[in-house]
Amino acid sequence: MHDMSGQAVHHHAPPTGFVRKYIFSLDHKVIGEQYYTLALVAVYIGLVLSWIMRIHLAWPNYAIPGVRFLSKTGAPGGILTPEYYLQLMTMHGTIMVFFVLTTAPFAGFGNYFLPIQVGAEDMPFPRINMSSFWVTFVAFIVAVSAFFVPQGPPLSGWTAYAPLSALGQIAGPGQGTGQVLWAVSIAIFCVGQLLGSLNFISTTLDMRCQGMSLMRLPLSVWAWFITACIGLTAFAVLMPACILLILDHVAGTSFFIPSGLVVNDQLQTHSGGSTLLWQHLFWFFGHPEVYVAIVPAMGVVSHVLITNMRRPLLSARVVIYSMVSIAFLSYMVYGHHMFVSGMNPFSSIVFSFPTLAITIPATIIVLIWIGSLYGAKLRINTASLFALGFVSMFVSGGISGFFLAQPSLDIMLHATYFVVGHFHLVMAVAALFGIFAGTYFWFSKVTGRMMNETLGKIHFWFTFVGAYCIFMPFHYLGMAGNVRRYQAFVDDFMAPLMPVHKFITIAALITGAAQIVFLYNLIHSRFWGKPAPQNPWEGTSLEWSIPSPPPFDNFGGKIPVVYHDPYQYGVEGAAHDYVMQDSPEEINSAHDEK
Amino acid sequence: MATTVHEPPEIRSGPTLSDDGGPRNLTPTTGNLPAVEDSSPASRTGIWVALAAITMTFAAFTSAMVVRQGSSTDWQHFTLPRVLYLDTLILLASSGALEVARRRVAAYARGLASGRSGGLVWLWITLGLGLLFIAGQYTAWLQLKAQGWYLATNPSSSFFYLFTAMHGLHVFGGLVGLTLVIWRFSRPVSTLRLSTLSTVSYYWHFMDVLWIYLLLLLWARI
Repeated sequence: MHDMSGQAVHHHAPPTGFVRKYIFSLDHKVIGEQYYTLALVAVYIGLVLSWIMRIHLAWPNYAIPGVRFLSKTGAPGGILTPEYYLQLMTMHGTIMVFFVLTTAPFAGFGNYFLPIQVGAEDMPFPRINMSSFWVTFVAFIVAVSAFFVPQGPPLSGWTAYAPLSALGQIAGPGQGTGQVLWAVSIAIFCVGQLLGSLNFISTTLDMRCQGMSLMRLPLSVWAWFITACIGLTAFAVLMPACILLILDHVAGTSFFIPSGLVVNDQLQTHSGGSTLLWQHLFWFFGHPEVYVAIVPAMGVVSHVLITNMRRPLLSARVVIYSMVSIAFLSYMVYGHHMFVSGMNPFSSIVFSFPTLAITIPATIIVLIWIGSLYGAKLRINTASLFALGFVSMFVSGGISGFFLAQPSLDIMLHATYFVVGHFHLVMAVAALFGIFAGTYFWFSKVTGRMMNETLGKIHFWFTFVGAYCIFMPFHYLGMAGNVRRYQAFVDDFMAPLMPVHKFITIAALITGAAQIVFLYNLIHSRFWGKPAPQNPWEGTSLEWSIPSPPPFDNFGGKIPVVYHDPYQYGVEGAAHDYVMQDSPEEINSAHDEK
Repeated sequence: MATTVHEPPEIRSGPTLSDDGGPRNLTPTTGNLPAVEDSSPASRTGIWVALAAITMTFAAFTSAMVVRQGSSTDWQHFTLPRVLYLDTLILLASSGALEVARRRVAAYARGLASGRSGGLVWLWITLGLGLLFIAGQYTAWLQLKAQGWYLATNPSSSFFYLFTAMHGLHVFGGLVGLTLVIWRFSRPVSTLRLSTLSTVSYYWHFMDVLWIYLLLLLWARI
């Protein structure tokens, strides 16, 4: 542990210039807010893209207002071409997975709260931390710039399967410059994530204040730390994959393009590459990436639930061990994304087994949440509602994972909407619910003002019901044989499914509109919300022991000393029903971690 | 029960935050090197984490090479340029020089040596040998080019250029770190922390290990 004296006094004036304070800031809190803001911009772009796709799927001949401005050739008269539909789909996936689901719960909240929750005044490498955000920002700009190049963004999906992604212009609109921009953006993004992970790991291991043993870390810190370890290894593999893809495009190499490939009646000059190599490299990253999105949300939700149910979890230790197990197993399951790639059936079984095994720690965590909630007098507020919503989405999306984990079933379901429904519930919506829970919970700490609870609850119910209305029917569509990545279903055997598609689209429009309520609440409360007390939720962890918003160096020059684990709720005989981590109050509790 | 109050835990003596500059103030304002020499366990963790990420990156490239070579029949072998072996010796020598420099700088920081020139000379020698290594790698590229082996000629040459370029890029990063160390150490009042020098040293020695691994890999496969 870092040898920090509890008496240490720090004398650094905060920066006063606008640029140093808000733009190129070294303060982990500002960097956290920057990440969150980036994710906020990205999520609304991704949302609008999904609206466009959903409207087109339900009413393929309807001219969507304004869409023609996106691309003259891709949406002539406001109606999407099949290729442009795929291009928008690629950008929706890319923006949402990388710049929202990875950026907000991990880099956004983690940057802001990890140092505070471990009792540090900052991360150990602030310049690297600042670089990590700006590198990510550049990656975002490069990704979005693909909209503005002549052929538009790539159409190969967020997974960018080779050889489609490696061939260049001949493979379709956007497969030239657009695909290169995509690969460059993701490679840059990986660098940003590696720099961020480096800081997260070092902060957790070396910057803890006195008394903050590993077992006294809040579950959110554990989740960010585990995620940083996953990200460190996963993004370090995606980056080389992107470099190889770029070289296939710009340098004429043949890493991913097989010999004798004929595209549009033209024999390709590349030879001997392995298309499966891309899938191996991509999914070695891609599956852990699912946990990069979901594990921070698990940590945040645990933190929020415990605070609101006023009692500790049945076992925080088991939750930690389960999260570590998930991280470990996440590297052994990636082949389940490739069951239909023609792999040896024996290999499928080898990947299927750990895929089923990884549900065990996930189930343990869920059972601990539910078991702890049983009989608790949960304080109902927007944050706790979204935390409950997370559990619900995670369970619903996870159950369909049992089916997909088995190769014999996956072969039937793989290319259908069943998979789309599965991963949207378990990864996307669940992680978003985690982000919302964190936002409503910590907003007061970041801004010094409370969010409007009524608007928050309206936001929750529309989002909760809406998400089920959108993604549950996806499973039904998939079982009915509705293939994915098609831009219209009117002229074939799928026409009878169109009413379901129309229902989903209407649900998506309403659910999306509810997100405007959230945005209004966020901005309005930021400036005109009710002033927040220091500890509105009566929490125990260190962020609630400092003013809202926190001072420049978090603890006003005095590094705290920690005496308890972070979940001392319902303590008998205490002045309140809880004891803060930094309170020297002695308690008689069997579950106070050392 | 809940009303009694703990005695505050014993506060360990040691450098306080204001002594070592703390996380935001990366250089000690007082230039008091002895007080800060062992100040940053985070930098030690940080460099190991960074090296783990680099290892993972090269492991990914290696697995790509093995898969690519095994999945096709178009792999052609060629002889590695002999300058690479000389370059290996140069890189190893640079690590030795850096180790000497590190000891001299540490001796100066602890007040055991009066002047900084001893440390500085060896730092400059390390930097020079690092540049020579890069030049040697470039020479190897020119030799291959003269033989008609370009990046896209064959997957074997693609991987050769890829590995040497990626490693060279990382060595270049090390040179930037060394330049920073020299600059900080040669200011009128040295602002170099020994932890910074240690971090750069770890990184530089790792470049040696990585290069030897890559040389063996390329020698065996190309």
